[in-house]
Amino acid sequence: MINLTINDQKVAVPAGTTVLEAAKSLKINIPTLCNHPDLCVAGNCRVCVVEQKGARTLVASCATPVSEGMEINTNTLKVRNARRHIVELLLSEHRSDCTKCYKNTKCELQALANEFAFGDNIFLDLVEDHSYTIDRSSPSFVKDDSKCIRCQRCVRTCSELQYISAIAVANKGAHQKISSFHDRPMSHVICTNCGQCVARCPTGALTEKTYIDQVWDAIYDPDKYVIVQTAPAVRVALGEDLGYDPGERVTGKMVNALRQIGFDSVLDTDFSADLTIMEEGTELLTRLKKALVDKDASIKFPMFTSCSPGWIKFIEHKYPEFLPNLSTCKSPQQMFGALAKTFYAEKKKIDPAKVVSVSIMPCTAKKYEADRPEMRASGYKDIDFVLTTRELAVMIKQAGLDFRNLESAGYDNIMGDSTGAAVIFGATGGVMEAALRTAYEIVTGREVPFNNLNITPVRGLEGVKEATVKIEGCTDDWKFLEGAELKVAIAHGLVNANKLMAEVREGKSPYHFIEIMACPGGCIGGGGQPIPTSKEIRQNRINAIYSEDENMVLRKSHDNPDVIALYKEFLGKPNSHKAHELLHTHYVERDNF
Amino acid sequence: MYEVEDLVKDLSTKYGTGRSSLMPILQGIVEKHNYLSDEVMVEVAKTLDISAAEVYGTASFYTFLDTQVRGKYVIRVCKTITCSMKGKGEIMQVIEDMLKIRPGETTPDRMFSLLETNCIGWCHKAPAILINEIPYTELTPEKVVEILKSYMKTK
Repeated sequence: MINLTINDQKVAVPAGTTVLEAAKSLKINIPTLCNHPDLCVAGNCRVCVVEQKGARTLVASCATPVSEGMEINTNTLKVRNARRHIVELLLSEHRSDCTKCYKNTKCELQALANEFAFGDNIFLDLVEDHSYTIDRSSPSFVKDDSKCIRCQRCVRTCSELQYISAIAVANKGAHQKISSFHDRPMSHVICTNCGQCVARCPTGALTEKTYIDQVWDAIYDPDKYVIVQTAPAVRVALGEDLGYDPGERVTGKMVNALRQIGFDSVLDTDFSADLTIMEEGTELLTRLKKALVDKDASIKFPMFTSCSPGWIKFIEHKYPEFLPNLSTCKSPQQMFGALAKTFYAEKKKIDPAKVVSVSIMPCTAKKYEADRPEMRASGYKDIDFVLTTRELAVMIKQAGLDFRNLESAGYDNIMGDSTGAAVIFGATGGVMEAALRTAYEIVTGREVPFNNLNITPVRGLEGVKEATVKIEGCTDDWKFLEGAELKVAIAHGLVNANKLMAEVREGKSPYHFIEIMACPGGCIGGGGQPIPTSKEIRQNRINAIYSEDENMVLRKSHDNPDVIALYKEFLGKPNSHKAHELLHTHYVERDNF
Repeated sequence: MYEVEDLVKDLSTKYGTGRSSLMPILQGIVEKHNYLSDEVMVEVAKTLDISAAEVYGTASFYTFLDTQVRGKYVIRVCKTITCSMKGKGEIMQVIEDMLKIRPGETTPDRMFSLLETNCIGWCHKAPAILINEIPYTELTPEKVVEILKSYMKTK
């Protein structure tokens, strides 16, 4: 242990601890900006400077490891003046149109300015002299360089967590900027639209592209019938933007709020998550049958899940030779969209041309997914607008709702029923668990052999997880699988996905089925979720997801009564011709830059 | 057109494919072709298994690793204070008039690019310019005309 004093308080911490962490253990708050719990130390913003006795200059506490006998002061006049100047210098290069900014009151730089640099700034405003680009090319987010303070959280996110590096630091000095490859528009580079950078940007430089106004317009248009669906991960995180602690489930209040906002039907993406399991589970079993019984060499293994649009774009850019391994199933959002303007409109006797389909997602990539030209199976744009969890929180506030005191309400019927298997889609490993619960039962007629249906090996925040399920006691149709060991793997965060993909490329992958989610923790850690995010917050959301599952009466996708009715009345059976037309898709090879 | 793949392959054989090979490879390309095209940066990224944005980030940091189209001869006129005081303005004017381009531009025949540069260490013999790697010093308008004429002849 290393002994040091901070503000005259003695503390002993393990070697390698930073001064910032040591101060935290004493409940001494040092302001930070470029620092983020998910990312490596950068030490470039200097906001966290402190005075170290004997040192020539102030030191950045985030980047300074403790040493024996160190004496640190975090609150001297020198530190205070330096912090003020540092924040003022950052502000001199930041377009401070705070009252009009989407991040107003949620901006970390604004909060620091409020603490240290209110009043007149002694430095010249350099923003006027620069010509900045505002890149609105992506349907998912806006990159506004005039708000960027070059803390490089986005660059570290894209490289360390996502293994993409669609953005990097370009040029130098006053011209330094965060740039895509040769300043190309973000819509035309390797960016997956995952929004992890958006979730970590401390200012308004990276924000989701918002469609709140368009949704309000649709709601107020008497000629439109506005349907909304909510993704599983939204209900366990929305509360964070409305004053709740991470991990509070607000499902019932959220449904009530959506109804009061004025949506005509409040439905659940969980319904189409169950449907995805029926389609994807059947697809997996059919692929196994074709490969093992029919000896069809064109069938590729491992099969990959296809629910995460960030992951889809990643594989399209980086591993296009494995596109045949991807499940052809659309994501739950798009399955829902294809049915909303066909099956649902038919059932409710509404003209599909008048239906406006909105989805509330934990995700920014879903905005991109909805814009893909393939996603028009209904003859219309299947999903008209995608809002993030954060945007929904804004709408709830705009509507003047007292969220905390709202009664709980239930989803509307026809496409509103769901099971616990669908809810867990929101956590890494959830799709795999849901698929196993159903596929095992299809093949053996028995429930999956795990205590209370909880397939614990596929759960948790480890980057790559794996499990083996031995298939025994098959029914007659599936005798060829008797005794087989189904090997599965799960990765979340694209840096982990890349590990599994490198194995696949080397031909060393032992798995049959791989679940990949682009974001750390799965959808609960999505780029559209409330800010901030950290491992602890993600764990709380995951715990909430599993308790939501445990509280459901139905916990297997094939038991969902709305899904059963859909097949009976409309689709026939899983992977039927009609199901293929509406619920399956294809992929596109893209450039690796 | 040059063979991008072969060039990058040769350079990576010489310098290796680690992250630290990026600089010498980029320098090797610029030595041969005066600038880094998008095509060549993508090829370097692929060879070193890093992202193209990172290659661009590195290239754009260094003034001598150009990412814009450059002519066969890149003329860099020193813009720092000594050269300015010793007649840099006149030198620049003569070059602009002869080549019919302004600083930052390249002649349509891709023979010459005209740029300004920070101090190149020839203050004692100002004003100075660089043409590719070669410095020309103690310049007068007449000398510059002669120098440019000799380059025009060699094309």
